[in-house]
Amino acid sequence: MLTSDEVKQDFPIFESLGDGYAYLDNAATTHKPRSVLEAINDFYSNQNSNVYRGIYRLSEDATDSYYRARRNISDFIGSRNPDTLIFTRNATESLNLVASSLGRGLKAGDEVLISIMEHHSNIVPWQLWLPEGVKLRYVDIDSDGYLDMESFQDNLNGRTKIVSLVHESNLLGTINDARELSRIAHDNGSIFILDGAQSVPHMPVDVERIGCDFLAFSGHKMLGPMGIGCLYGRMELLEGMPPFLGGGEMIREVYRDRSVWNDVPQKFEAGTPNVAGAIGLSAAVNYLRSYGMENVRAHEKNLIRKTLKMEEESKINELVSYGPRNPDNRGGIFSFNIGKISPIDLESEMLEQSSMKIGSAVHPHDVASSLDRERIAVRSGHHCAMPLTHRLGVVATSRASYYIYNSESDVENLFQAIENVAVKYHE
Amino acid sequence: MSDEEINMEILLDHYRSPRNYGKIDNPSVQLVEYNPVCGDAVQFSLKIDNGILTDVKFIGRGCSVSQGAASILTEKVKGKSTEEVMNIGAEEILKNIGLNLGPSREKCALLSLNALQKSVKKYRDGKNE
Ligand SMILES: Cc1ncc(COP(=O)(O)O)c(C=O)c1O
Repeated sequence: MLTSDEVKQDFPIFESLGDGYAYLDNAATTHKPRSVLEAINDFYSNQNSNVYRGIYRLSEDATDSYYRARRNISDFIGSRNPDTLIFTRNATESLNLVASSLGRGLKAGDEVLISIMEHHSNIVPWQLWLPEGVKLRYVDIDSDGYLDMESFQDNLNGRTKIVSLVHESNLLGTINDARELSRIAHDNGSIFILDGAQSVPHMPVDVERIGCDFLAFSGHKMLGPMGIGCLYGRMELLEGMPPFLGGGEMIREVYRDRSVWNDVPQKFEAGTPNVAGAIGLSAAVNYLRSYGMENVRAHEKNLIRKTLKMEEESKINELVSYGPRNPDNRGGIFSFNIGKISPIDLESEMLEQSSMKIGSAVHPHDVASSLDRERIAVRSGHHCAMPLTHRLGVVATSRASYYIYNSESDVENLFQAIENVAVKYHE
Repeated sequence: MSDEEINMEILLDHYRSPRNYGKIDNPSVQLVEYNPVCGDAVQFSLKIDNGILTDVKFIGRGCSVSQGAASILTEKVKGKSTEEVMNIGAEEILKNIGLNLGPSREKCALLSLNALQKSVKKYRDGKNE
């Protein structure tokens, strides 16, 4: 099992933050254990050189370390072939890569199916194809915060070339049944892309078991450094796809009027890669493995179970939250509000005096600022999921999100602090 | 209480019972300013006579900082000339509020100043046409 107090010892930042600081913004980014910092430092101290290019020992060592990082991370997500793992900057770039490259094969009238619970990074890259006549459709959610499977079926049709869905919602915490979604998409003849930015860091994810064609995730959300992310793709598909960015490394031969692409994954990795980032992420993977992803998941499931229970027992006036109530289908993410503030409809003479006042609700900004004064870090806003926030009928939410170094006492402190805000603003 | 705590109480008081809250009938100018990121909004209506703001009212929705600051601002500018209003700087507003807000919430604090100055500009542009 996993004891958060012991875990914390491995993270230098908690020494500088001091005792009792509750960092609850792990869906945004996570802290780095000493082993990750050391791996990065070690690369720059002992191996620094450019990869692939040098016919000298130092460069060959760097190339070898870079490859071993690729193999380790691809193994972590259950891929049998390291070359199916492309290094990018983050999940956003991974999704842009696949949207840009696959998008070039789309014709007017073709459809891409996403969901209302997507992060902007799985919405906007597809919107870029709208001017070409591609149609973007959205699977809705039900009132419990699950994907509405009827809506999924209704929106699938012969023109649906691509289905791209989030594995775990960064706002609701909903864990979607990726394997089932993948099966349905494939039965329909569609390509299936999974946004694993919130799942890969927090639970066992196996691309072979799920059967997805692509999986995107970010290193910094899983204890690794910022600036490194991954895109897994099925080799048959990657081989047939056009490149994303052009430049060095991604070519084999360049002539005045044309080039010959390099093999996958280099075809999709133009320019000098973030070698230290890949090595740091590989160290993060080893660190997570030392606990076991089953245990990471169990720890967070325990925290969200405790959270939902405390919420049910709490007497905080007007406390509302979003997302599934069953911890089995719910990651360690708790989005909440004190009262409900609807989005403003600027069109319809929004500023009618009567409807304006937010009454006893407390704005999420005020919640986050007040919690900050009690040394609790939560995020407030739309969490890069504006369509979902509006679908929930609110301007914003506050969000607490957990990781392995969070404890039950963090949850208790959170509720005490929420209660303090409610009292302060309601007096 | 520290200065920060006193200023916080003042802001919360404005937030809970905003001054000059409402709409002016037949205003010289009226304008909505909106921050799509957090959904904060204010609408200002002004009565301007001979270049003087004889009346200012606002309605709005948002966090304590955006709404409290709007209320404080209306008190500050009533009776001032349009020229004076246009010369109010961000620093002055933040100093007036007297809280250590940090960059993201300073935007909330300045929403109403933007709205007010845009209103005056709209009024002036309208007169030139
Ligand atoms: C579900 C989801 N997808 C994608 C992203 C984008 O991650 P990044 O900003 O690291 O590219 C995030 C980050 O918040 C996310 O939560």
